[in-house]
Amino acid sequence: MTSVLATAKALPKEACASSERPVLRQRGQREVFCGLTGIIWLHRKIQDAFFLVVGSRTCAHLIQSAAGVMIFAEPRFATAILDERDLAGLADANEELDRVVGRLLERRPDIRMLFLVGSCPSEVIKLDLSRAAERLSVQHTPRVRILNYSGSGIETTFTQGEDACLAALVPELPSCESSTPRLLVAGALADIVEDQFGRIFAELGIDDVSFLPPRKSGDLPAVGPGTRVLLAQPFLTDTAARLQERGCEILTAQFPYGVEGTTAWLATAAELWNIPRDRFDEVIAPAAARARKALDAHKFRLSGKRVFFFPDSQLEIPLARFLHEELGMFPVEVGTPYLNRQQMALDLDKLPSETLVSEGQDVERQLDRCREAKPDLIVCGLGLANPLEAEGFTTKWSIELLFTPVQGFEQAGDLAELFTRPLLRRTRLEV
Amino acid sequence: MQLTVWTYEGPPHIGAMRIANSMQGLHYVLHAPQGDTYADLLFTMIERNNVRPPVTYTTFQARDLGSDTAELFKSSALAAYERFRPEAMIVGASCTAELIQDDPGGLAKALGLDCPVIPLELPAYQKKENWGAAETFYQLVRAFAGTRAPAPGAARPARAAGDRARCNILGPTSLGFRHRDDVTEIQRLLADLKIDVNVVAPQGARPGDLTRLPDADFNVVLYPEVAQNAANWLKRTFGQPFTTTIPIGVTATRDFVKEVCDLAGIDSQTYLASERSRLPWYSRSIDSTYLTGKRVFIFGDATHAMAAARVASIELGFKVVGLGTYSREFARDVRQAAVQYGVEALITDDYLEVEQAVRELHPELVLGTQMERHIAKRLGVPCAVISAPIHVQDFPARYAPQMGFEGANVLFDTWVHPLMMGLEEHLLQMFRDDFEFHDGAGPSHLGGHGGAREAQSGADDIAAEIAATTPAPLATPGSTDTVVLERPAVAAADEVGGWATEAEQELRKIPFFVRGKARRNTERYAADRGIKNITIETLYDAKAHYSR
Ligand code: SF4
Ligand code: SF4
Repeated sequence: MTSVLATAKALPKEACASSERPVLRQRGQREVFCGLTGIIWLHRKIQDAFFLVVGSRTCAHLIQSAAGVMIFAEPRFATAILDERDLAGLADANEELDRVVGRLLERRPDIRMLFLVGSCPSEVIKLDLSRAAERLSVQHTPRVRILNYSGSGIETTFTQGEDACLAALVPELPSCESSTPRLLVAGALADIVEDQFGRIFAELGIDDVSFLPPRKSGDLPAVGPGTRVLLAQPFLTDTAARLQERGCEILTAQFPYGVEGTTAWLATAAELWNIPRDRFDEVIAPAAARARKALDAHKFRLSGKRVFFFPDSQLEIPLARFLHEELGMFPVEVGTPYLNRQQMALDLDKLPSETLVSEGQDVERQLDRCREAKPDLIVCGLGLANPLEAEGFTTKWSIELLFTPVQGFEQAGDLAELFTRPLLRRTRLEV
Repeated sequence: MQLTVWTYEGPPHIGAMRIANSMQGLHYVLHAPQGDTYADLLFTMIERNNVRPPVTYTTFQARDLGSDTAELFKSSALAAYERFRPEAMIVGASCTAELIQDDPGGLAKALGLDCPVIPLELPAYQKKENWGAAETFYQLVRAFAGTRAPAPGAARPARAAGDRARCNILGPTSLGFRHRDDVTEIQRLLADLKIDVNVVAPQGARPGDLTRLPDADFNVVLYPEVAQNAANWLKRTFGQPFTTTIPIGVTATRDFVKEVCDLAGIDSQTYLASERSRLPWYSRSIDSTYLTGKRVFIFGDATHAMAAARVASIELGFKVVGLGTYSREFARDVRQAAVQYGVEALITDDYLEVEQAVRELHPELVLGTQMERHIAKRLGVPCAVISAPIHVQDFPARYAPQMGFEGANVLFDTWVHPLMMGLEEHLLQMFRDDFEFHDGAGPSHLGGHGGAREAQSGADDIAAEIAATTPAPLATPGSTDTVVLERPAVAAADEVGGWATEAEQELRKIPFFVRGKARRNTERYAADRGIKNITIETLYDAKAHYSR
């Protein structure tokens, strides 16, 4: 551990950009998915939206492979694979795109919102999807709204795809000029989690609550100067900026993982609504107590264990906070694809000062550091997990943290369990 | 622009990765954006490899474009060389890098690395994974064996009298369907024939081993999709003949033994006389009578699809009602093969088209890839997987080759298992009113009620999807970019006509494991004829119509 820290301390000045906490920045191979991956959960969330990637065979293969188990019920996503003819002339490519979209919409009359999702190839050839979306919207209005965003690997990593998608939705949101405070929760959550939060807010007396993205594209929440935005996911930089442009106020809160995280997150809203603290405590007490009990069952297994995060989903910092503060783990290194200091501030503050925070990646050198640090648990992407297991490490695939409902009180135990399971498994196996 | 939901093959650089990952001492530097690193999981998760594939990605970003992507390529290649010290490197571009035209080959050459560097040109907007694998293997073979090319026209030196014949085994790769076990099986077979194996490639070979390829008397080509180009070149350059029979199934394995023995100049009869496969007897045993004429639909890569059709038809007595492949490079061979079975080959890489064909042909068994497994599951048809693209399940812990005589045993088990056992079929019918044989009880070999439940959950998927897509029009059959499922006949029939009570009761008397099919056939029959009300009469008319 000291030598990992030594690595960080020995950094040349320019690599440590911040005055507060040194952040290790290295350049090399990044081992993270691109933003297209978000389609896997977004298409389940917005039930009448379709995601059309305009890209290459690689893009289609990525989504298929990252989805792991192929969801063979007809998915609401597809790839328009560019071929040589499309590369030869943009005019033709645009015409082809119009044709593909036309046929798609003809065959899927249930679709109310279509996202044209840009990829590296579409961006490099400068296929202008925002103009295509405008052009096609005119053709298909009012039945279908056509929007666009980029999920390309040259612009976005993994969860930034969701950020880009939600940011594209913001200009579509209706306006509400009233200055009466209303709450907007931004970031895709599992429906069950959304409903739990909805009930808590209602009990607290915060009635005007909406969620972005909505489950139906027709239910877009209205925003305006009265809107207070609580971010449910730690990767919504652009979405927050767009909402701010619409006059919304973005709250800075801890992210809702575990008892402390969830309490702090809810309290941020409660304070703004001037809900007395004892009323707040009363409302959350039963769920918080259940969550605490659930966490206790895991604490003895995790406490004192050292954890190492490879950059992946952008959830790393708040999760490290949760594991440290609530379960007594020690984060050796917390890698994150990029660091949004403002949004992460409260979670970042709670990490021990010895924890090395790294932004971006040189996967080979990070693996060297990880091997040297010998953590008890490694949180990493799918490509790295088995080779690290084979070296004798215990790993947790980070993608599961996105596909499983993990936020809020009722999921706190499930979240802890995701980290306990691999450790427990090690102790059981005798082969 | 082609609208695609699921793909049978990845882009060509995935093929190159499969070659790199198969070999030892070879490293691949791929100019590609970060998202393309997903490919690592194909090897570490699906194939459960315990090391990362030997691939370095440059992971360039938008801000690098136009400035220093070429520099980035060079520094990545250099860092990879220094860290891994490979015996050889292959370098190339993914789809995005192809567009920025940095010329990885030229850049790597300029680095003057102390190892051979083979540049790959894999046109990502024209070609696909298997083509990429074949091209990469061919380029490597040329680069390493090419140094030994004799003068054109020089005769191949004859093998010294008394020396054992030697062959190479070409084609097995990472992520290949059961390649791991096929190689073992074929090596055992060759050892029994007293033929030495010179080099197995690409699986397990080092770049230097490729230089030794010309030492063999002939090549055994196990997977033409990967090895045909290389084998053709070795034949042209070194006069090495190659095998053309794929030893899948008993009869093909016999032919393969003869072919190999001919090439080696040895006798095959003694070995064939002692052949031990259980398939012939199992297939002749009386219980297998019920396999006769079972309608089978086959789809996969060309090699496995054609081999499966042969086994299905002459070794198990099935009727091949559909045969197809996504390997366009081998479309002609598959078309020819299909003629023998009196069907028209389906050449497509659009899985919706395959689904459409399965619906129309009403097979009783589907032999296909993981895609067809899902199609079959949804339609409630038994299925066995015979080809890539693959899934973690296709790397079983046990020894399960497809090739050779043991492979034939495996085929018998895995294809027959999903079907109802012969005797059991009668027993179920006889006791169908017995409470223990109630309709919900699936065949015990499908694990408790697994069979019934699977069919049921398949139906639920469809129902859920209909709910989500209503009102969906009927898909246009054969269209290449159909992205809507055809509405299942069940739903369509509601509009055409309902079941009369007596007909519905009659239907319940039909054993449950064929009832679904009887229902579908009857509804289809009624729909085709615009019959509004399905009566007992309609039911039996339909039965007569569809019975063969
Ligand atoms: S990184 Fe770019 S090219 Fe690769 S899958 Fe993602 S969008 Fe497609
Ligand atoms: S185990 Fe039972 S159900 Fe399975 S095949 Fe044998 S007899 Fe049939």
